[in-house]
Amino acid sequence: MIPIWYYAGKKLSTELRSKQVPLLALAAAFSFVIMMFNVPIPGGSTGHAVGGAIIGIVLGPWAAIIAISVALVLQALMFGDGGITAIAANCFNMAVVMPFVAYYVYRAISANTEITSSRRVIASAVAGWLSLTTAAAFTGFEFGIQPLLHHTAEGVPLYMPYSLNVTVPAMILEHVLGFGILEALVTALIFAYIQRTDTTILYGEKIAAQKKSKKSATIA
Amino acid sequence: MDKITRNFAIGLILLIILAPLGLLAVGETFGEWGPEEVKEKLGFVPPGLEHLSGLWSAPLPDYAMPGSGDSMTVAAGAYILSAVLGVLICGGLLYFIGKKVAKD
Repeated sequence: MIPIWYYAGKKLSTELRSKQVPLLALAAAFSFVIMMFNVPIPGGSTGHAVGGAIIGIVLGPWAAIIAISVALVLQALMFGDGGITAIAANCFNMAVVMPFVAYYVYRAISANTEITSSRRVIASAVAGWLSLTTAAAFTGFEFGIQPLLHHTAEGVPLYMPYSLNVTVPAMILEHVLGFGILEALVTALIFAYIQRTDTTILYGEKIAAQKKSKKSATIA
Repeated sequence: MDKITRNFAIGLILLIILAPLGLLAVGETFGEWGPEEVKEKLGFVPPGLEHLSGLWSAPLPDYAMPGSGDSMTVAAGAYILSAVLGVLICGGLLYFIGKKVAKD
């Protein structure tokens, strides 16, 4: 994770506009709080949304890495949530995989539509759902390889007791049908709100607008 | 402050107030079990987990005051306080970093 954080930090320092600083701070705080909303699902388990999709779409995936990582590290250090030995894995799944998947899914579905088009709201919802599910699949995979990698000589698992055929379906299913839908709703709601108020805060939009005006200037 | 930033901040405050709703969910997230919960499920604690779980003790484990009993009101209060702390530290840290590196 350390090289990724380093690179993300460099990207952040070249891309971040001072206007976005309060949003960046809010994004980390938002991710921290939204992960406190444990939602029960049938079967006695609980889970949560991450907020990683909307942060990736609004601030860009590189800034999202930093914002979500800070929230995850604080959770582990202060509140014993997630655990310090899992920081790197958690950050990779929720702070790296998630915003990148979300951002590119959103871009792909949005294509060249108007920034205020309703297709983009759907794009953001799909991005939220798919990115959380992907992050969950990664987590399930990482859980599942634990008993293969770490066990005693007698084959007793050192950490995670369940194997891939339990962990991957469990993580994917509960996110496809449960938490992913929550993440999709949160993402689409915030996105629709931004569409109605101020679309200039969206990552890449201002740059695209400048390019467009430059182009039209050269044509003229 | 921009209007949109202000409104997001208001939204965040509402979320903090509603945060104790997250306490109503019973049960633990898949894979986030502590040693006791794994013991309940399997009948034994995986030795590596037992060893590593003592590695770090968080000052406010599970977003609760250590040793404050089972009262729901206390738990809700501690949960809100944890959310406030989290927001202040996360937000403060990134605001500070952001201000340092931001262009223009």
